[in-house]
Amino acid sequence: MATADTPLLELRGVSKAFGAVQALYRVDFEVRRGEIMALVGDNGAGKSTLVKSVVGIYPFDEGEVFYDGSPVDIHGPRDAAKLGIEVVYQDLALCDNLDVVANMFLGRERARARFVLDESSMERSARETLDSLSVTTLKSVRQTVAGLSGGQRQAVAVAKSVMWDSRLVILDEPTAALGVAQTRQVLDLVKRLADRDLGVVIVTHNLHDVFEVADRITVLRLGQRVAQLERAKTTQQEVVQAITAGTLDHVPGMVEQGSVEA
Amino acid sequence: MSDQPVDPDAGLDPTAAHVEPVAADALAEDVSGASFGSFIRLWWQGIRAGELGSLPIIVGLIVIVIVFGLLDDTFLTERNFTNLLLQMSAIATIAIGVVFVLIIGEIDLSVAFVSAVGGVVMTLLLRPEDPGWPWWAAILVALAITTAIGFIQALVITKAGVPSFVVTLAGLLIWSGVVLILTTQASSVGTIRIQDETAVGIANDFLSATAGWVVAGLVVVGFALSELQNARTRRASGLYAKPVVVMVLQTVGLAAITFAAVWYVNKDRGVPKVTVILLALLVFWSFIASRTRFGRHVYAVGGSAEASRRAGINVDRVRITVFMISGFMAGVGGIMLASRLRSVATNTGGGNLLLLVIASAVIGGTSLFGGVGRVVSALLGALVIASIQNGMDLLGLASGTKFVITGLVLLAAVLVDAYAKRRRAARGVV
Repeated sequence: MATADTPLLELRGVSKAFGAVQALYRVDFEVRRGEIMALVGDNGAGKSTLVKSVVGIYPFDEGEVFYDGSPVDIHGPRDAAKLGIEVVYQDLALCDNLDVVANMFLGRERARARFVLDESSMERSARETLDSLSVTTLKSVRQTVAGLSGGQRQAVAVAKSVMWDSRLVILDEPTAALGVAQTRQVLDLVKRLADRDLGVVIVTHNLHDVFEVADRITVLRLGQRVAQLERAKTTQQEVVQAITAGTLDHVPGMVEQGSVEA
Repeated sequence: MSDQPVDPDAGLDPTAAHVEPVAADALAEDVSGASFGSFIRLWWQGIRAGELGSLPIIVGLIVIVIVFGLLDDTFLTERNFTNLLLQMSAIATIAIGVVFVLIIGEIDLSVAFVSAVGGVVMTLLLRPEDPGWPWWAAILVALAITTAIGFIQALVITKAGVPSFVVTLAGLLIWSGVVLILTTQASSVGTIRIQDETAVGIANDFLSATAGWVVAGLVVVGFALSELQNARTRRASGLYAKPVVVMVLQTVGLAAITFAAVWYVNKDRGVPKVTVILLALLVFWSFIASRTRFGRHVYAVGGSAEASRRAGINVDRVRITVFMISGFMAGVGGIMLASRLRSVATNTGGGNLLLLVIASAVIGGTSLFGGVGRVVSALLGALVIASIQNGMDLLGLASGTKFVITGLVLLAAVLVDAYAKRRRAARGVV
């Protein structure tokens, strides 16, 4: 069933409404192994809703989710984690007071006799993961996250997401708060994830980033997919056109007025 | 970077944020840095960056010893030092629970009266023939009740979403009322004596000189073994380990302090039993906080409850457990206090006990902002607080003056905490 061409994650006709507001309407979406899929759209297009629904924070109202070609039910972040889906949220979800190792293992600490932390083993694995991603800017894996720069924090959050044999990493606006040099580092990191044959979804506003790293681009507008483009065969202009004025198949009354997502 | 005022010389700080080029070769330094010099250098960088650890406390203790030593001849005597150990034990014990609560970014204002509930319940159960329980049963029930109080308060805090400040403030009133009701019902004069040798002995018995030395030896050997074991597993994994020189110096330092203390109290009555109990509790809770999964989750919840929740940590369960620890430790402290006074009364748990306990935790270096603190800070803070109380008592200062001075010391500790937090913020993102 799962051949090389089978998408790693495939959504077919998924919808999600919050009361009268239709945040997603019959959206198709897919990402393959080793591919970077950009998910773009204006504010309120439904990007965040899509991400949160994939990991089960908001259940879809209708539609099907296929993982590796098989239908799956994801009821929460734990289910998603079991399937190897990890999300790096925009606000990173790191504890400032803990060090890099503790953050990377947060909630999944290795322990002997079930409760005594195995620090050496965790530190070694954390370091190995960071090294394998060529994250060289960290001074020490034992420094607290509070002392890290934005790019370093992003690197830690990304490294955390790949520690768990994850197969699909979803990055929510990974470069939003970063300067030029740090954006460069994070994008390189994103490319290395795809090189490891992980599926990568990068949610972003920044078309420059999209054209820098993405293989394909999915454009959402007002909760609907208005385009799925190959980066090599499209232009920024075409993407902007889709974001701002892509053709909607369906115009339910509320969507036109609604600013839909947070 | 937040809008916190940025320290003008933060840019000179080698650990300041956004200096990644400097850090490029730093991974190598981290491993090879197992020398004495670099350890000291890292430590000093930490201090400058607002990770003060126990430094303010040690400075504070030195000042206290000098000031009261000069002002009063009896302050530094072996008899007074032993008294100090007796006085600080209950405060430190209750403060251990408060440290846990502060680390998760909450507060427990009910601890003083919860401790009184513990003391009163034990005392009532020990009344001969009414009901005349054995000491261990009375203590177990008292601790079960104070732990349950912590559980109930935590349920209201987590399930109803009411700030712990308000819930435990209500608790403060409720449990002070319960103490009054229980004591006045049991005795027309409002004072009930403890009539059990073992219960009185908790805070009034001393170890023999030999037993004292043995305890001191166990403390030092235990510390050295645990450090060695830690360093060995880290070296075996090819990780940075504390330099041997530092380990030796720390062990020698601890040995010097411990043996000097035992030698000194042995000249008086010996090592108080209650001090040994306190040390055991300290080691146990330090282990829980720093070496276990639960402890890690406590710090995580204090650092970012949202991040913890997303990481799959049951944040409410951590909070509830922490308030139960607070209730339990308050109960232990209350039993120590009752034992020391050989009685409970209507005013048990009142006065400035709550202030002294919270001041101990904060002065010891536990941040009121959550996420930062160590169990040992309860001991260090209680040592400072009890020394100040003890010294002022010796000088015969008026109650008003004592309150003012204690308040100023607490204020100073909080200012140091706020300053340290600003340094940390100036360096990174908080």
